[in-house]
Amino acid sequence: MNMNEWLQTIVVFVVLLVLVKPLGSFMAKVFQGERTFLSPVLVPCEKMIYRISGVTPKEEMGWKRYAGSMLLLNLMLFIGLFVILMTQHLFPLNPQRIPAVTWQLALNTAVSFTTNTNWQAYAGEQMVSYFTQMVGFAVHNFVSAATGIVVAIAVVRGFVRRKTSMLGNFWVDTTRCTLYILLPISIILSLVLVSQGVIQNFSAYKTVPLVQSTNYDKPKMDDKGIPLKDAKGNPVTENIIVKEVRIPMGPVASQEVIKELGTNGGGFFNANSAHPFENPTPLSNFIEILLILLIPGALTYTFGVMAGNTHQGWMLLGVMLFILIGAFGVLQWAESSGNPLVAKLGVQSINMEGKEVRNGLAGSNLFVVATTGTSCGAVNTMHDSLTPIGGMMPLALILLGEIIFGGVGSGLYTMLDFAIIAVFVSGLMIGRTPEYLGKKIEVKEMWMSILTILIAGVTVLVLSGIAMITPQAVASMSNPGAHGLSEVLYAFSSMANNNGSAFAGLNANVNFFNLCGSLAMTIGRYVPAIAVLAMAGSLAEKKYVPPSLGTLPTDKAPFAIWLTLVILIVGALTFFPALALGPIVEHLTMLGGV
Amino acid sequence: MKDIKSAILLFIIFTVICGGIYPAIVTGIAYALFPYQAMGSLITDKNGKELGSALIGQSFSDPKYFWPRPSATGDFGYNAMASGGSNAGPTNPDYLKTVGDRVTILRDTGVTGQIPAELVQASASGLDPHISPESAMLQVPRVSRVRGIAEGKIITAVQQATEASQMGFLGAPRVNVLVLNLEVDKL
Repeated sequence: MNMNEWLQTIVVFVVLLVLVKPLGSFMAKVFQGERTFLSPVLVPCEKMIYRISGVTPKEEMGWKRYAGSMLLLNLMLFIGLFVILMTQHLFPLNPQRIPAVTWQLALNTAVSFTTNTNWQAYAGEQMVSYFTQMVGFAVHNFVSAATGIVVAIAVVRGFVRRKTSMLGNFWVDTTRCTLYILLPISIILSLVLVSQGVIQNFSAYKTVPLVQSTNYDKPKMDDKGIPLKDAKGNPVTENIIVKEVRIPMGPVASQEVIKELGTNGGGFFNANSAHPFENPTPLSNFIEILLILLIPGALTYTFGVMAGNTHQGWMLLGVMLFILIGAFGVLQWAESSGNPLVAKLGVQSINMEGKEVRNGLAGSNLFVVATTGTSCGAVNTMHDSLTPIGGMMPLALILLGEIIFGGVGSGLYTMLDFAIIAVFVSGLMIGRTPEYLGKKIEVKEMWMSILTILIAGVTVLVLSGIAMITPQAVASMSNPGAHGLSEVLYAFSSMANNNGSAFAGLNANVNFFNLCGSLAMTIGRYVPAIAVLAMAGSLAEKKYVPPSLGTLPTDKAPFAIWLTLVILIVGALTFFPALALGPIVEHLTMLGGV
Repeated sequence: MKDIKSAILLFIIFTVICGGIYPAIVTGIAYALFPYQAMGSLITDKNGKELGSALIGQSFSDPKYFWPRPSATGDFGYNAMASGGSNAGPTNPDYLKTVGDRVTILRDTGVTGQIPAELVQASASGLDPHISPESAMLQVPRVSRVRGIAEGKIITAVQQATEASQMGFLGAPRVNVLVLNLEVDKL
């Protein structure tokens, strides 16, 4: 790494750490219903929203009603987007007259945005109108993010509250999260992104002349769309000369910010945040990396404040940072060592395939670990073209269960489950009843934690296995050999863990992936969310056990190390065989010279 | 029952706020403060005719122009309607052959020594407007020879089209190929 790259890396993490405390305590105020500096403007809006929608803000909900309300709102989101995608040709703000998408793609995309996955089986500039981007996608970007955050807050309340079955009001939490946290940050930072060159308009696509015309051979088709062949069986082609190109336009900046802030990840364009209109400068890249890590990082502090001990939050953040920086180190090493098969051709030995010059190696690699450690899934780099060991890093970060910062909210509640498991295992070793944050961990908590942690892994392995014996899935791989397996494994890991990035060579817009993927995303989102709410309901009813001499302190360094080990061991035990067959075999093949 | 009503109404309210009011506010302020950027950083000639976007690369293969990075966008390179990368894996034999062919083309124009990686490896968006200063300098002799313009003048044009790091540490210096070629055409 050169000086600039070191500086950039250090500054990203320093700025993040500086922001964790102010944002984290602000969020704690918002969810505890306290006054903030935004209250004078937003309290009237809030009251009006409750009046119109018939919400009684003071009314508290038990875990079942909280989960039920969450599912109802998510169902509305799903239906809304599915209908919009199927009828987008009927709505205004469609200057390119883009037609409706197929029902399979509409299903996959609607599930994907509702579950905060934002798996991109669609190509934005060709398949989606401005209306769908704004009214369909933007709303999901806000509300699915808010859903994750408020579930995490309800879980924290479960730990903190005593002898009650009430976890808060889902409608109030969601409304406050959107109004006080997500919208203000989005408005300000989307303008900063526009200043860097991210576009924001409703203009039709621009047609500009090329300085030098280009040409390509287009296969000729017959009336039925089947490629024509000559007498020798070669495809018949005609040479097309291209003298002008169309440049897509649209309201990009407003989508870009919330896509990252809410760890959503669905791109306005097919190339996502690699597209110069989504991410035009090194500064915009820096801001986008920060946006991805911001809320998941700050939520650890919110957790600390609400739990009455901020060390508990810093401890979780420390574990997350340690693993994230470790993965970044390996990735940076792998990508700057490059591909020996390419170096042999007389080319400088770093890997720039699928990266942008303005982002450079460190700017690309930081984005890769940020977007896969969290469940964001926006990309500024084509993960499919990373070196084998480099590509294993994003895959491993996803497979750990989206806890290394993780999705907004979902990262925190899954991490809390890992903490419970760590407490339980150490409790077994020292022969004491496990406790976490003053609550006894018993059978129900263990069931729910284990369910949360294992469900995504089981889904990934079972569906990847089925894919390997499904001809349509095998035909979708774009690269031969071990790399093809990595593509499929990555696809299901990404969907089941609600990440949304891809080894994008895989042709995912086929029925098998659209349908199985929808299933994986739904399981990966709602089974853990409901399980942790059930756990929170059970925890809230328990009485507080004051720490005694025999209590394992969970806010100190030894526990942080123990928690890191538990995470890595669970991850390795579940996925090592699959990783060995994919990236590791490919790495050895590469070193061996194919 | 009450919750179903709340779910429907809140969904509609959020749709209006996040899907309508929010993008409208951002667009309004963006037009007022940064009209050039909001509209796509379009380069225009003296008569106001649009020549392209400073952020979206274009395809060049003529020896008299500086060449950009390879692009894997659909049917032809730098097709802005089909942004995306090659997604080629590192051990894919087709990919390695393609890179080898690109090296050969550069060698045929008289390039010696190690070739910068980005000049023979496709970008993530397929629309990357930049190359490194090294990749630009390595093409100076060719452009100078074909155009019959002194190398010194071409080098000055390269320096003018070079963008520096932001705030002194964000990103490495880089050359905007479209801007450079428009400049070279004026020499």
